[in-house]
Amino acid sequence: MSTQVQNTNAGHVHKDSIGAKTGMWLFLFTELLLFGGLFIIYAVMRGEYTHGFHAAAEELNVWLGVTNTVVLLTSSLTMVLGVSALQRGRAGLAQLYVISTLFLAGTFLLIKFFEWGAKFSHGVFPGMEHLHNLEHGEGVFFNLYFMMTGLHGIHVIIGMIVMVVVNNRLQSGTITRANQGILEYTALYWHLVDLVWIFLLPLFYLTN
Amino acid sequence: MSESAAATWGKTGSYLDDQGRGNGLMAWLTTTDHKRIGLLYGIAMGIFFLVGMTLGLLIRLELLMPGQQFYDAKTYNVFFTLHGVIMIFLFIVPGIPAIFGNIILPLQLGAEDVAFPKLNLLSWYVYMLGAVIALTSLFAGSSPPDTGWTFYAPYSISSGGSVSLAVLGAFVLGFSSILTGMNFIVTIHRLRAKNMGFFNMPLFTWGLYATSWIQVIATPVVGITLLLLLMERLLGIGLFNPAMGGDPILYQHLFWIYSHPVVYVMILPAMGVISDILPPFCGRTIFGYKAIAISSLAIAIVGYLVWGHHMFTVGMSDTARWIFSLLTFLVAIPTGVKIFNWTATLYKASIEVRVPLLYALGFIFLFSIGGLTGLVNGALSTDIHVHDTAFIVGHFHYTMFGGAGIGMFAALHFWFPKMFGRMYNEKRATWAWGLIMVGFNTLYFPMLIMGIMGMPRRYHDYLPEFQIPHAVSTVGSWILATGIILMVVNIIQGIRHGKKAPNNPWGATTLEWATTSPPPLLNFAKEPIAPKDGPYDFTGRKPGESHEEVLT
Repeated sequence: MSTQVQNTNAGHVHKDSIGAKTGMWLFLFTELLLFGGLFIIYAVMRGEYTHGFHAAAEELNVWLGVTNTVVLLTSSLTMVLGVSALQRGRAGLAQLYVISTLFLAGTFLLIKFFEWGAKFSHGVFPGMEHLHNLEHGEGVFFNLYFMMTGLHGIHVIIGMIVMVVVNNRLQSGTITRANQGILEYTALYWHLVDLVWIFLLPLFYLTN
Repeated sequence: MSESAAATWGKTGSYLDDQGRGNGLMAWLTTTDHKRIGLLYGIAMGIFFLVGMTLGLLIRLELLMPGQQFYDAKTYNVFFTLHGVIMIFLFIVPGIPAIFGNIILPLQLGAEDVAFPKLNLLSWYVYMLGAVIALTSLFAGSSPPDTGWTFYAPYSISSGGSVSLAVLGAFVLGFSSILTGMNFIVTIHRLRAKNMGFFNMPLFTWGLYATSWIQVIATPVVGITLLLLLMERLLGIGLFNPAMGGDPILYQHLFWIYSHPVVYVMILPAMGVISDILPPFCGRTIFGYKAIAISSLAIAIVGYLVWGHHMFTVGMSDTARWIFSLLTFLVAIPTGVKIFNWTATLYKASIEVRVPLLYALGFIFLFSIGGLTGLVNGALSTDIHVHDTAFIVGHFHYTMFGGAGIGMFAALHFWFPKMFGRMYNEKRATWAWGLIMVGFNTLYFPMLIMGIMGMPRRYHDYLPEFQIPHAVSTVGSWILATGIILMVVNIIQGIRHGKKAPNNPWGATTLEWATTSPPPLLNFAKEPIAPKDGPYDFTGRKPGESHEEVLT
């Protein structure tokens, strides 16, 4: 492996795409562990408050959750199509797909916004009086719901910011067929965001 | 990662002199050179260490006699919290990897830099940001944090001190740790020199490799835990608050899932340092190279599964307790493997007693005490007796300070000539070492005895029967501080006025000694090739004998 990198006549540390990809996978691994801590808390708390969790899950709108899942899965598809378009050398098409992904990510956040907003108007938000008065299990459920979907939402926003950058670079020709790393890593990251959501959907919306 | 093919091996001159890219302070603050970044960490950590040491001295001063001498119990809580936060999060956890890992790892691999030099600089800025946030908690808000460095819930939720800032600081510092770990893993996988297989790497590199994996795997868990604690304080989400249905013991579990593995982040690189120091001063290869290399990974893996031993007394099932106890005992095996291999390396060797070797021997002595007292805590029945006593304080100072701290001093004295191209005064360094060893044992050994007698930890006051050991311990803190100050003065004088050091003053065989002291910007004048008979091949050489011609 090492000879591949350094066994050139220049012997200089040049762009090492395998190294960069290894780094990206390690980063995704840490992201999984970050969410992993929350999943452990969810598992322990659900063991403790089975009924409270079921009762609270009734309050969430399954259809909005499912719609969002479809939106997010589709966005992963458009992202992959973008990568594949660039691999065929069609930067313009790749750009179109990245913008579609951005649009779908925005849709996801918009639906989430209305969902959260509806909860707020019922006084269900961490720290609000109403939540304190709920049965313990339900309170824990909603606090976890806001923490986990909130952290996921932050990841969606970060993904969108990166996509804007990727789009600009595709436009300016910095990301090309020969130098597609950043688009590829963005896609990897976006799949992780998708993957986390696929676990969040059944844990919160489908527990009743 | 520069794309220009013009930059090749062959740059000469010292990395300490500015080249191109501006000069003075700005050249240092924008550098992507791993050696300079390592020194930036070194300067910051040196300062934090002295602050932490001062707090430690103040704690010991108050404990000189029973009753209140100099300040009240509330201030005492603040002091031991800050001492812990500074020493652990700012100094000993990032310590050896950030300073010596950065400076030495690429040199040992025969590489020009780490895999992601820009990310490396970013890690330093993230570290500094975290440090500033954590230190701001000293002055901001109504009072400094007073929870102990562990931030146990539910007190950390309700404490009026500025706990939030300290927690945020620790959270940010975690990012720096993760980024450094990722960087080192990729560097070790991708940038090894020609001929350097995994079992041809120096053992310091092996130690860093195991450490980096722990940093990557464990740190995110404490990240989310501290984030939730922060949300707990800001929004009242109640997940760790029993009044709202939360579970404070869950916090302890999540905290120790990180914070136990992280003690191996402190110790594994130090063990690597010792494994690298012994061969040149023994004039022979290390005994049991593969066993030492693999035991680092074994410690990393098993060490991930023992966190429950911090919680034997807080309420866990008996099954959980004996499993955690058993696993804790298992960690002692790879650690013992290392200790036996080191002593076997010394056996019948042509030993040349120089300052780095003295520190290495000090490490083996102190860490053995730390490790064996650890077994007392790992056994369920004895742990109930010594839990939360001064015995624990003595134990972890023997491991963290006697192990990781002394390992860092050893690294400093070993690689000093390579880093600065100068030598320190060896006589003065030996005196400092002697004072440190005497002071250390005078300071911490009485804690072990007091703990068994029943002296609780974190108490501002104590019964008169503990007077003598407490007084001895406080006197020890003065001797230790004198030794450390002498060491620091000697190091600073060495940097400024020390005599020129040769490229390979210890006659060592690893690749960092194959380049000039100090190394040039891109480390090597020509592409280095790793010796094919392992990193410690002393065939046909006497100890201390230089063999640059073999390496270059």
